[in-house]
Amino acid sequence: MSQLLEVSNVSKTFGGVVANDDISIQVPEGAIIGLIGPNGSGKTTLFNSIVGYHPIDGGSIRFQDKEISSLRVPDIARLGMLRTFQQTRIYGEMTCVENMLISTPTRDEGFLGLFRDHRAEDMEKAEQLLDFVGLYSKRLLFAGDLSFGQQKLLEFAMALMNEPKLLLLDEPTAGINPTLINGIIDRLKRANADLGITLLVIEHNMRVIMNLAEHIYCLAHGQLLADGPPDVLRDDQRVIDAYLGAH
Amino acid sequence: MTANKPLLYGLVAIVGLVAPFVFPAYVAQFAFAWLFILFALTWDAQGGQMGYNSFGNILYFGVGMYVCIVVMVGYSYNVAEYTAPGGEKAFTFSTHQYIIGLALGTIAGGIASAILAIILGSGILGLRGHYFAIGTLGLGIAAGELAAGWDFIGAGSGVAAPVFPDAMGSRSLFFYFVFFAITVIAFFAYKWLYRGRFGLAINAIRDDEDKAEAMGLPTTHYKTMSWMVSAFFLGLVGGPVGLLIGFIDPRDTAFAGVTFGVWMVLMAILGGKGTIWGPVVGAIVFLIFKEVFWIYLLQWQQVALGALIVVIVVFFPQGIMGFLREQWPERFGHRVEETPLNDMNVRGEGEA
Amino acid sequence: MDNLLLLFQAPPLALQVLIDGLLVGAILAMPAYGMALVWGVMNIINVTQGEFVLLGGFITYILFTTTGISPIWGIPVSFVALYVIGWVIYKIVIFRIVDRDLFISILATFGISIMLQQLMNVFFGADIQTADPGLESWGFMDDMIIVAPIRLIAFAMVFVLGGILVMFMRQSRMGRAIRATSQNARAARIMGVDTDKVYATTYALNAAICGAAGALVVMTSVIGPFLGIIYTVRSFLIVVVAGLGNLGAVVVSALGLGALENYAGFILGAEFQVAFVYILMVVILIYRSLMLRRQRRYLT
Repeated sequence: MSQLLEVSNVSKTFGGVVANDDISIQVPEGAIIGLIGPNGSGKTTLFNSIVGYHPIDGGSIRFQDKEISSLRVPDIARLGMLRTFQQTRIYGEMTCVENMLISTPTRDEGFLGLFRDHRAEDMEKAEQLLDFVGLYSKRLLFAGDLSFGQQKLLEFAMALMNEPKLLLLDEPTAGINPTLINGIIDRLKRANADLGITLLVIEHNMRVIMNLAEHIYCLAHGQLLADGPPDVLRDDQRVIDAYLGAH
Repeated sequence: MTANKPLLYGLVAIVGLVAPFVFPAYVAQFAFAWLFILFALTWDAQGGQMGYNSFGNILYFGVGMYVCIVVMVGYSYNVAEYTAPGGEKAFTFSTHQYIIGLALGTIAGGIASAILAIILGSGILGLRGHYFAIGTLGLGIAAGELAAGWDFIGAGSGVAAPVFPDAMGSRSLFFYFVFFAITVIAFFAYKWLYRGRFGLAINAIRDDEDKAEAMGLPTTHYKTMSWMVSAFFLGLVGGPVGLLIGFIDPRDTAFAGVTFGVWMVLMAILGGKGTIWGPVVGAIVFLIFKEVFWIYLLQWQQVALGALIVVIVVFFPQGIMGFLREQWPERFGHRVEETPLNDMNVRGEGEA
Repeated sequence: MDNLLLLFQAPPLALQVLIDGLLVGAILAMPAYGMALVWGVMNIINVTQGEFVLLGGFITYILFTTTGISPIWGIPVSFVALYVIGWVIYKIVIFRIVDRDLFISILATFGISIMLQQLMNVFFGADIQTADPGLESWGFMDDMIIVAPIRLIAFAMVFVLGGILVMFMRQSRMGRAIRATSQNARAARIMGVDTDKVYATTYALNAAICGAAGALVVMTSVIGPFLGIIYTVRSFLIVVVAGLGNLGAVVVSALGLGALENYAGFILGAEFQVAFVYILMVVILIYRSLMLRRQRRYLT
């Protein structure tokens, strides 16, 4: 299996604080990879480095064998790598359908694509995906009026609308009603299996990530602590210590 | 509202065509009404729809005005001789010279402004928030100062516009129809732009630009295009305004930041930012305010206008259309109209 | 451009331009610091800086022409008068926009600035005024360099006022409350700081600083009701370069701007000096934005 995303020896410091130290992870095509670690262990920093929110101090990030560590966010997104946000970001003063319509892929659009009308198939797809995440009935509401959990689902649907090759999810179940979590796991798995989207997931909820990921990386204090399949990692003493605060 | 649209457009068209003949004494005011609608529409394309509050769009208006005059004069005569102090008195324009010169100048003004917007946009539109607002403010004033120091275009003493040929009848009426045409074209151009991806994209930039970038939208292209379209229409109308007023002062007519430049912002807010009809309504209401102030408040009118800005911005930032939409959501565009309806449907299904 | 050559041929002239620039620049530090204060504490870009300066100037001018006392007395009088005016403006308008988005604050203060311009126009007339304290110029180096003593006094006053401000901010209870609020308004409120009073004081203090600067401006240069915007833009430019809440950096940037501006005016011609300031601001903003873009960041 070829590597879709290859992060090698990436380091990032913020004014003397080491957020990521020499981190290497691989995301093979078609996989679901987990990224765990206690608060402040550098997970979101790593995400931001990958998708181009800030420059990295050292190392390399390759996506589909192309070096992307100096590209900026929109260029990386157009290559087919998207991320969702921990705090959930949607376009609040637009309806859900509009949020979906403007999320269609933009990679092959020329200049005139800026001005084109909405295609009927885009509309159809938007409605299907809204149905997939269970928001079809809310499609004409302003996205800003949805509940937090619904916004999270909408953001996920928008990401799917963009047909990414790799989707980076930052805590997809944080702040969501526990009864809905199984539904989210199921949808993530279906997006991976049916739509062929590779997933890299940050998650705090151990039950979720153990269920979801086939391979997990664990960060602590900005360093890669351990990695392996879920059942191996679950019994790893270093991981348990990191979460319980021991050294 | 959808069903009434042809009726509404028909009504506006009839009023637009007939009004100057019914009330000939007010033709100049009517002409300015169309101009103000255009101002508000072009400003709203950034300030309202895209969330980029520009205080410098007047730049494109002034550039268009100067380019138009230079091209128009240059079509028939030597520009430097014309702009020399008192020089314009030596030149008269025949109907033919005036019309062709005006047509060439107007189009050149629009194109020059549009090109300038693309060049400036690549740098200025990278700024956000405060920095964009103040940066554009500086841009608009700088242009006025530069024009005031450039002898070729008359420097600080300005330049008189070519005199309207007597053979062409009423100057006000002629320019009334010029403004009317440009504004109507602009209105439908924006309507068309807002309907498709362009409209959603600039709305997305307004709501969350970082998200739009993270979704791969070419935000820089959209922002530049939006600015370019506004610059084009402002540049287009600049020349005719200069010709109607008859004299071009660099700071008070062309790059009139304190009057036109602020008014365009105010009109868009007053009418309701981010709607297509808001700027139209806002411009008309503002013009009425302004005329009343000018008639009844001698020398205090500018003070009253400043107070009006503060009152509108502080107490009424949602504007007229925004207010109406809050009050009667069901009567406004289908975005909000269908929402409660649909919600009820869902609830109905749930109960069944 | 001939003047550029002249600067190299006649070093004393170059020095003269530099000295004039620095002396004027020092005065610019005052409204700039006030702007930084309001920006940092209240998150408002106050566009009325220039009008506050001119108001201070007009008050000094009126004091000078009606009573005949030295316009230097205008410094404390303008300071106090503008403190009151600033307080009143805060109580009528500004407190309503403290927590609103930045565009509303810019536009609202812009409206106030138009009102103040027009009020000055109505009450003081549109003419350009100056209040010459009547001190004789001092010549140096065989009168090749001439310095107006009032400019030196103004220069010194800036540092005196700066010193007082620093003491106020460090030592007084209100100064500490202002600094606390600027760091975290919510926390300050929870800890019992009356943030409304802090905001009112900050805004009034800013107006007062501008007023004192205006007294210096009317003595060293000219004022007119519509000359305000340039001081606002200069303040903004200085703050953008110097950052918020660092008085030392503000003074250095202001001196630099004064000198640069004066050289530009000398080389390009006085009619382009103001245009130079605006273009310099735009260029600096774009330059900083491009630098940040290389770090994958934005100027926000």
